[in-house]
Amino acid sequence: MPNRIKSVVSGPGLLFASLGLVALFAPFLTLAANRIVAGEGVRVWDVAGPEAIIPGMVGVVIGLALGLPSAWQSVRFTGSLVGIAALVWLLMQGSTSLLEGAGTYARVSLGSGFWCLLAILLLLAADALSSLSPGPKMRSALLAVAIIVSALVLWSGALTDLSIFREYANRQDAFFNAAWRHLGLAFGSLVVAAAIGFPLGVYCHRNQGLRGAVLPVLSFLQTIPSLAMFGIMIPLLAWVGSTIPGARELGVVGIGFLPAFLALVIYSLLPVVANTVAGLEATPILTLDAARGMGMTRHQRLKQIQLPLGLPVMLAGLRIVLVQNIGLAVIAGLIGGGGFGTFVFQGLNQTATDLILLGALPTVILALISAITMDILVELARPNQMRHG
Amino acid sequence: MSRANFLRVIVVSLLFALVLQPEWFAPIFEPFTPPGAVVIYDRTSLLSLSLSHLGIVAVASLAAIIVAVLLAILVTRPQGKAFLPLSRTIANMGQTFPPVAVLALAVPMLGFGAGPTLVALFLYGILPIFENTMTGLSTLPPATMEAARGIGLSRRQRLIQVELPLALPLILTGIRLSVVIAIGTATIGSTVAAHTLGEVIIAGLLTNNTSYVLQGGLIVGLFAVLIYDALTQLETHTRKRLGVM
Repeated sequence: MPNRIKSVVSGPGLLFASLGLVALFAPFLTLAANRIVAGEGVRVWDVAGPEAIIPGMVGVVIGLALGLPSAWQSVRFTGSLVGIAALVWLLMQGSTSLLEGAGTYARVSLGSGFWCLLAILLLLAADALSSLSPGPKMRSALLAVAIIVSALVLWSGALTDLSIFREYANRQDAFFNAAWRHLGLAFGSLVVAAAIGFPLGVYCHRNQGLRGAVLPVLSFLQTIPSLAMFGIMIPLLAWVGSTIPGARELGVVGIGFLPAFLALVIYSLLPVVANTVAGLEATPILTLDAARGMGMTRHQRLKQIQLPLGLPVMLAGLRIVLVQNIGLAVIAGLIGGGGFGTFVFQGLNQTATDLILLGALPTVILALISAITMDILVELARPNQMRHG
Repeated sequence: MSRANFLRVIVVSLLFALVLQPEWFAPIFEPFTPPGAVVIYDRTSLLSLSLSHLGIVAVASLAAIIVAVLLAILVTRPQGKAFLPLSRTIANMGQTFPPVAVLALAVPMLGFGAGPTLVALFLYGILPIFENTMTGLSTLPPATMEAARGIGLSRRQRLIQVELPLALPLILTGIRLSVVIAIGTATIGSTVAAHTLGEVIIAGLLTNNTSYVLQGGLIVGLFAVLIYDALTQLETHTRKRLGVM
């Protein structure tokens, strides 16, 4: 390729466009006789009539093509949005038309072609955004718009013919229960871990000996595989419930919410404590000397100097915990602790792919939203002069 | 013998005894067994489960190391520079995907058995190694790089003799993170019929037999802790040798 073209065409953009064109030939949707059997792949030009397909395919191709110019990042970002909108249009048209006359139990699921195109367009969006590097306010606005638009598309009922939404419609109440339970597990354990971890971190910062004892124990606990940890919590709590008087009345029993919650708290302690210590240590010695010289007490130094300066590092610890807990809470589904994991493991047992997706997709989306939000908070907590360093 | 080494010998012997001679521990596990149930897991040999568990982790991790390091080298070369911001984003966002979700999503594509577990461990294992190798290779001290160029080393020589050795401690940290996650995720692999130690724990959970849960949990936990410790030692050793402690 001549150099002039090379500098005009974005490398990743070219990769996305070629992969995207290949993905257009993979099965876009699958049609199955019922929810359990494997479906038959349907290519994108066969999912509906030409009047519905042509605008959709043109949209995808335009989106991929707009990703090519390396100089105009906002054009590339727009291209990804055009492409994703076209994908949603194709899904709406395709799922309805495929189900026509296909039988009561027939299911239309998302095919490999759809997933590849979606991944490629999202990567295009991420690539353009990372070059545009929007500030924290812009990023929050983009995140909010993305959530609102996705919610509107879901609520409009345009996609209800897809198998995953059939699974959802069959267990709407269970889905919301699972969602609350999942959030309760992930955020509740975060709050408890922060309440224990921050003071512990402050003490570890002041006392070298305590730190040498606490941090290795916490990293040891973090190493224990999650299934083993959840499994061991069950007999432990059952034993506490049956031996300590009054514990059972307080709800301490072997299975359900509590063992999962406790396991998550234990996993969360290391990132909270270690990052609190690292954050408090991030204050430059000269700054601390100056504060001491001004006659600040130890408590004042902690509150007015070390905590504000260490805040970004401490928040980064909470980001690790939150993302980790949202993922680990899936395993609670195995021990009767509820959450989205219930659907994942039910789906695995019934070999119902769309039920697995009903549990796994919300978990992934929740983790992504939390990670992006926490990244924004970490950046906002950074002192001004460091923000663009 | 130092106290740490003494502890290591004890833990290793305990692990061997638990895997090879589980009957020895019957009196300890007895109180956790419901009346009439089997005390020691006997449906499959614990040795074969352990070997298969470690084998799956080893194969997936090895493949992940090769792919991740090669990719990281690629995006830190001048030709691959256009892909650097994108790879940062992928590594950062990809790690927010829960390992269990990756495992569950691999099942529809690959069916049940060791396949989806291997693929999930491989895909998820790439990210921490890739991120750390990329950070290691793109944050080398400029003075050292200048000196390497100054003494006339070619690009390839610089990569092999200077850049990779200097980035090695960070690469090893990535490998440690990735392997420890893999050991844990492989345990959950038994819910999709992979032959791993998770089988023992799941069997215990399904039959309310706490002694199974404890046996499986202890063996996996000890393996994880020992491997974590061994990789940490390796890391400290390389750091010391490089004099960058």
